[in-house]
Amino acid sequence: MAYEPVVGLEVHVQLKTVSKMFCGCTTEFGGAPNSHTCPVCLGFPGTLPVLNRRALVEAIRVALAVGCKVSDKVKFHRKNYFYPDLPKDYQISQYDEPLSENGHLKIKTGGGEKTIRIKRVHMEEDAGKLIHEEGGDSSFVDFNRSGMPLLEIVSEPDINSPEEAYQYLTDLKLLLRYLDVSDCDMEKGSLRCDANISIRKKGETGLGTKAEVKNMNSFKAVKSALEFEFERQSKCLETGERIVQETRLWNPDKGITASMRSKEEAHDYRYFPEPDLVPFTLQGDLVDEERKNLPELPEARKGRFIGALGLSGYDAEVLVQDKATADYFEECVKFYNKPKIISNWLMGDVSAYLNSKNLSAGDSKLKPQGLAGLLKEVDSGKISGKMAKDIIIEMLDTGKGAAAIISEKGLSQISDTGELEKFAEETIAENAKTAEDFLKGKDNALMFLVGQVMKKTKGKANPAVVNKILRDKLSKK
Amino acid sequence: MDNLYSLTAGELLSLLDKKSVKPEEIIESVYSRAQSVDKKIKGYIHLDKEKALSQAKGLPASGRLRGIPVAIKDNICVEGELTTCASKILRGFKPPYNATIIEKLKSEGAVIFGKTNMDEFAFGSSCENSSYFPTLNPWDTARIPGGSSGGSAAVVSADEAIMAIGSDTGGSIRQPASLCGVVGMKPTYGRVSRYGLIAFASSLDQIGPLTKNVHDAALLLGVIAGFDSKDSTSVNVPVPDYLSYLKNDVKGMKIGIPKEYFVAGMDKEVEAAVKEAIALLKGKGAQIVEVTLPHTEYAVAVYYIIATAEASSNLARFDGVQYGYRCEDPANLLDMYERTREEGFGAEAKRRIILGTYVLSSGYYDAYYLKAQKVRTLIKNDFEQVFKSGCDCILTPTSPTPAFKVGERSSDPLSMYLSDIFTISVNLAGVPALSIPCGYTKGGLPVGMQLIGDFFKEEELFRAAYTYECGTDWHKRSPEL
Repeated sequence: MAYEPVVGLEVHVQLKTVSKMFCGCTTEFGGAPNSHTCPVCLGFPGTLPVLNRRALVEAIRVALAVGCKVSDKVKFHRKNYFYPDLPKDYQISQYDEPLSENGHLKIKTGGGEKTIRIKRVHMEEDAGKLIHEEGGDSSFVDFNRSGMPLLEIVSEPDINSPEEAYQYLTDLKLLLRYLDVSDCDMEKGSLRCDANISIRKKGETGLGTKAEVKNMNSFKAVKSALEFEFERQSKCLETGERIVQETRLWNPDKGITASMRSKEEAHDYRYFPEPDLVPFTLQGDLVDEERKNLPELPEARKGRFIGALGLSGYDAEVLVQDKATADYFEECVKFYNKPKIISNWLMGDVSAYLNSKNLSAGDSKLKPQGLAGLLKEVDSGKISGKMAKDIIIEMLDTGKGAAAIISEKGLSQISDTGELEKFAEETIAENAKTAEDFLKGKDNALMFLVGQVMKKTKGKANPAVVNKILRDKLSKK
Repeated sequence: MDNLYSLTAGELLSLLDKKSVKPEEIIESVYSRAQSVDKKIKGYIHLDKEKALSQAKGLPASGRLRGIPVAIKDNICVEGELTTCASKILRGFKPPYNATIIEKLKSEGAVIFGKTNMDEFAFGSSCENSSYFPTLNPWDTARIPGGSSGGSAAVVSADEAIMAIGSDTGGSIRQPASLCGVVGMKPTYGRVSRYGLIAFASSLDQIGPLTKNVHDAALLLGVIAGFDSKDSTSVNVPVPDYLSYLKNDVKGMKIGIPKEYFVAGMDKEVEAAVKEAIALLKGKGAQIVEVTLPHTEYAVAVYYIIATAEASSNLARFDGVQYGYRCEDPANLLDMYERTREEGFGAEAKRRIILGTYVLSSGYYDAYYLKAQKVRTLIKNDFEQVFKSGCDCILTPTSPTPAFKVGERSSDPLSMYLSDIFTISVNLAGVPALSIPCGYTKGGLPVGMQLIGDFFKEEELFRAAYTYECGTDWHKRSPEL
């Protein structure tokens, strides 16, 4: 029997605001435990939350970027449950009236583009973190993360393979990077993902009983966990076992998911409207204003790279996949208007170097203007393309300009015909047989002679000039 | 002067102004009064003379309350001072910050003078639910002072404080003010910042004054009122100069008498005192009209759903993790939660947490919480209708009976809940209300009447109350101690 997985993803994204969602504490990562806290985010008795306007604006931007309808009304709920990392023992979240609903994200799949519907994007506050004593029986709480602004992005169950889930996450992350709203770093916890998965026979449209899978700390882990779950659930159905609604935890060491709690043990969160935050209506022009101010998103940028800059679909795709690289590329085009050549260098030598050093294009010592300068030197004939490949490494290492390196090392090409004529004559004299062959019509013979001249000049000769001189001299014979 | 403690804030301020007394002398006087009478009243939980005196040394050069000691209910955070909500679960808790109203009081030169007893977490109407000890009524120490701000009302009544701060969720300022013969006001919801008030029911709680007369209430409210960026529920409406409304004049004022508040079963002496008060105001030129608040009968039921729902969530944080009480040697996390809360909370707190948890549970939410919110809107509409019809205020008794005996209702929660039957609707609607003494029973117990105003119209209540006070001398009586 052929089954297919039906997956919906809940992605939590930490917003990159300066201060926390309901107090003035910094959102900086790291810091000694509990050093980024105040009575409000520690949930001390008598304290009250005040919404961070920036967090609201960033949330609206994300909602708009995934095509959601933003609600006029902003309303928060309390989600009640006891846990030591939750200082008030309730989380301020959104419930029946989320910030926004009904969006979508287009993803690239093996079978072409696919639209994944987004059910809602809503705001909530983060909890702290428990640190368990190794080998002991104590636990410690670090509330630095408590009250950080989070967005929850919930997809509809439109994802039908682990690969699609991986692609959805990749594309969502790219979008968030373009919006510059989050670091999207799963290791630092600024992006987290839970997956709801059920299976059904291929061709059916109903939904089976789902399991919620948690504790995946990378996109790859999400993919692996879904692969495991798909197989587990398929086996259940094949052996006539019933699938139960439950929460399961991914165990990355064993590569399996294991039941954490059943539906019966699920929390009753006792949601009710947060009385400390009065619901309010968004100012009429705020959403329109933010819509206008959205940056160019990856799809549109790719289209522009192809249409206006003449890149191939493949090049455009690769460049936009990394915002820093695409920004670098555009900056470079400002100084050197041959986009295709820039893209070749960027995707080739530059990215090979940066990847090997684990650097982003934005961190590169070689600035866009520098790369443009190097390419201009090639165009002018001062250096060869081959020489440029060596020079660029030094530029990447040191940040020095191309001209400086060329003069320091005396690397400029010899284009002086007088000097080259001397070398050409010598070469023809030393290789009379080869010269003969050329005159008999063997074109390859000329290439050999050019190579010999290059050797004599230690590679500094301009090959095009050498070629021309040799032809002239031989034809006069 | 050896009776400074018996004076009002207004009287003391004019003495201070003339430099006839020093703030230290006032503190000494009030403190020694407390030393001599609080053994009988038990109004204070924490009182430290040296701390009060040290504040007197660093007072600002000027201020509307410069040199006046103010007693604070134990559910309002004072930085570095015990703030326990009279609960075992917060025993030893010293907040790291000041409530906004404490900052405001200090910046106007007030001296923070002791923390007053209360029903645990403001759950109660008699002060018997304190985890420390019950406070007793200065007019008859066999009786309760009312609650939950019973300590604040009792210390003002017994001249152990010049003025006091309380909080009112369903009548917790007005009912004890009435039972102790002092003036107490619950301002409009949003008028006074709740930042630093340890929440009972966030959508109902308001901080307000308890004082010896109307002038002092107007003075104290003027200091603590106003928008606070730390409280999203505080409202940015300018604070008028309440003192300028203290005029002996109610000519043309339209006062509504809701028929639902004068029903069979009300204490005859209370009814008589309130009716006399109505006659007095009419004699001073007020227009008296009968009005209707048709959803009054649902108020208690609605209140005990909404208030307990919010309380169950607000009190979740007392879990033994960060502050306050933690049970000994917990076996595991669940054991720590369960025993900390079992041992730390009193019976009434547990009752309300259980009730509130129940009404929010999945499957019951719509039938209880949601329905209660809808009825709450109807109750609010009732008040809006009356004020729209041209009434400036509404006059009712504050409490259906004078102070009852200690222990009389403590085993019957429902009869205790009914003590607030006249005050609860006001919190549900969010409007301001004030209680003022309007007579004494033959047995010598104070009776209070309640004046309810339109949103952010506290000044109208002060005007009516002041005019009434000018025509009576109830406020001049003091209990014999």
